[in-house]
Amino acid sequence: MVYEEQGMEAKVEGAQGSPEYNPSELLICTAARLMTDFTTAIIGTGIPMLAAALAQRMHAPNLVAIFEFGGIGPILDQLPLAVGGERSFHRAVAAAGLCETVETAQRGLVEYGFLGGAQIDQYGNLNSTVIGDYYHPKVRLPGSGGGNDFGSHCWRTIAVMRHDKRRFIEKIDFITTPGYLSGPGAREAAGLSPGSGPYRVVSNLGVMGFHPESKRMILLATQPGVTVDQVRENTSFEMLITDEVEANPAPSADELRILRDEVDRDRLYI
Amino acid sequence: MEVIEAGIGPMLQPVDLQAFREWNRQKPKGLVDKRMTEAEAVRRFIREGMYIGTELYGTVRCPMSLVSEIIRQDIHNLRLVGQGVLELDMLLGAGLVKAMDITYIGLEVYGVSNCFRREIESGRLETCVEWSNGALAWRFKAAAMGVPFLPGRSMLGTDTLKYSSAKVVQCPFTGEPLCLIPALILDAGLIHVHRADKYGNAQIEGISGFAAEMARASKTLIISAEEIVDEEVIRSQPDRTIIPYYLVDAVVEAPYGSHPGEMCYRYVRDEAQIREWVEAAQEADTTRTYLEKYIYSVKDHQEYLAKIGPERLEEFREKNR
Repeated sequence: MVYEEQGMEAKVEGAQGSPEYNPSELLICTAARLMTDFTTAIIGTGIPMLAAALAQRMHAPNLVAIFEFGGIGPILDQLPLAVGGERSFHRAVAAAGLCETVETAQRGLVEYGFLGGAQIDQYGNLNSTVIGDYYHPKVRLPGSGGGNDFGSHCWRTIAVMRHDKRRFIEKIDFITTPGYLSGPGAREAAGLSPGSGPYRVVSNLGVMGFHPESKRMILLATQPGVTVDQVRENTSFEMLITDEVEANPAPSADELRILRDEVDRDRLYI
Repeated sequence: MEVIEAGIGPMLQPVDLQAFREWNRQKPKGLVDKRMTEAEAVRRFIREGMYIGTELYGTVRCPMSLVSEIIRQDIHNLRLVGQGVLELDMLLGAGLVKAMDITYIGLEVYGVSNCFRREIESGRLETCVEWSNGALAWRFKAAAMGVPFLPGRSMLGTDTLKYSSAKVVQCPFTGEPLCLIPALILDAGLIHVHRADKYGNAQIEGISGFAAEMARASKTLIISAEEIVDEEVIRSQPDRTIIPYYLVDAVVEAPYGSHPGEMCYRYVRDEAQIREWVEAAQEADTTRTYLEKYIYSVKDHQEYLAKIGPERLEEFREKNR
């Protein structure tokens, strides 16, 4: 399961009179834009689900959402609070089971998987198991859930993380979910499928990708009002910076209207 | 096959297929009325030190009335597996768990589990072994198939594998590294279903989670059902039977058996009570208060439902089906 982040309440004013939005809404809109139409995405509750629902209503109406406990292609109307809840297979094409969804991913049918964790390193490896020593942890975290499966099998994973020095670190305490492991060739050497792996990291500071050769995290775009220096200052490893860092557009009025009036009408998350 | 890597986690349950086959051979195959209360089912079939599993999970089609009875009867030193939400949290909160095969322990949108942390820190929970969701489902599938392991490509390259009891080999067909996931044979499985007949033929609506696999991996299987139906309901739609009667040892009639979790197409989740647990679970004394209020002070599931109150239960019921 995706490690849940609690969104902050403060609203950020958009540039030049564009609408206000809060940090959760920014993450959701950013993640939604990444998913292309006519693909499949395994999603958990929280931001991934909201991003998929928004994507379907914006530019990817044929995006197939899959919930790991068996909901395949549900109509994302009311939001499930539980990843196996009835809303996760509401008017779905199929209500299957756990083996079905993970095996579907293992067979190469799932394009996007959403991930989260307490720590991420420059290769996109994620920790959602322990902070500190495994046998005497400083903090025991929830564990893999479906994270390790999605990180192993989905073609492209999208991690959604809060961005600070404690989270974006040089060496994570535990590799729960595989990113590019120790670097180029490592996934394949471990037995994971060639061509699969981390695609994007979406944070409140920027959108990161992974360098095609070195597999290291590289900043592609900054969030509104954020500088490249701020991204560096909040990252404990050396973040690569692409030549022309884009400015990720703030959530548009359309995105926010759809998010607020349709996707999360009851404001469970945003 | 050469073992390239071996997880250092212990096998909490040895893979003894011959014992499993012999056990299955002697399981009664006759159509016998297995209806009983939670209390009788737990008294007869759950013992201290057993390895038990639950399906689906705490907020969804959860065998909550069965788990409550295990807590009520104070059965200790359990080895435990499940998806790790509410019901496992309560077993942890009651201090009954000695060892766990874990994929996830947490409270979903409500964050991390404090009961889990306290049980680890106190040493009552002595051993944890890590897995992914897929790996755990495949462990049951291997047991259901009657084989000692299933190959998979989850967990490769990670600390999840290192702290599991899986092994990595070089595949004799492809030459690639492959994860071997050992079978998990449960002493007892607990599954909540939509309907069952008195013999134990069980049908589930909506997603099946890992019910089919875990039912077949359980030496002893206790089913709780929202309703007990006539045998004819099963026989008129046998394609809907996910668990055939001969796997089942006890059938417990448990309307709202998943409460405060949801039961698809029957009732939604009781958010207020889930939140009540989340808050109570933060500290040991408030955890005890919650368990006292909802488990120890009520003698059975019927008294529990009476405490919740029929008007409140009615509010959760899905009326448009």
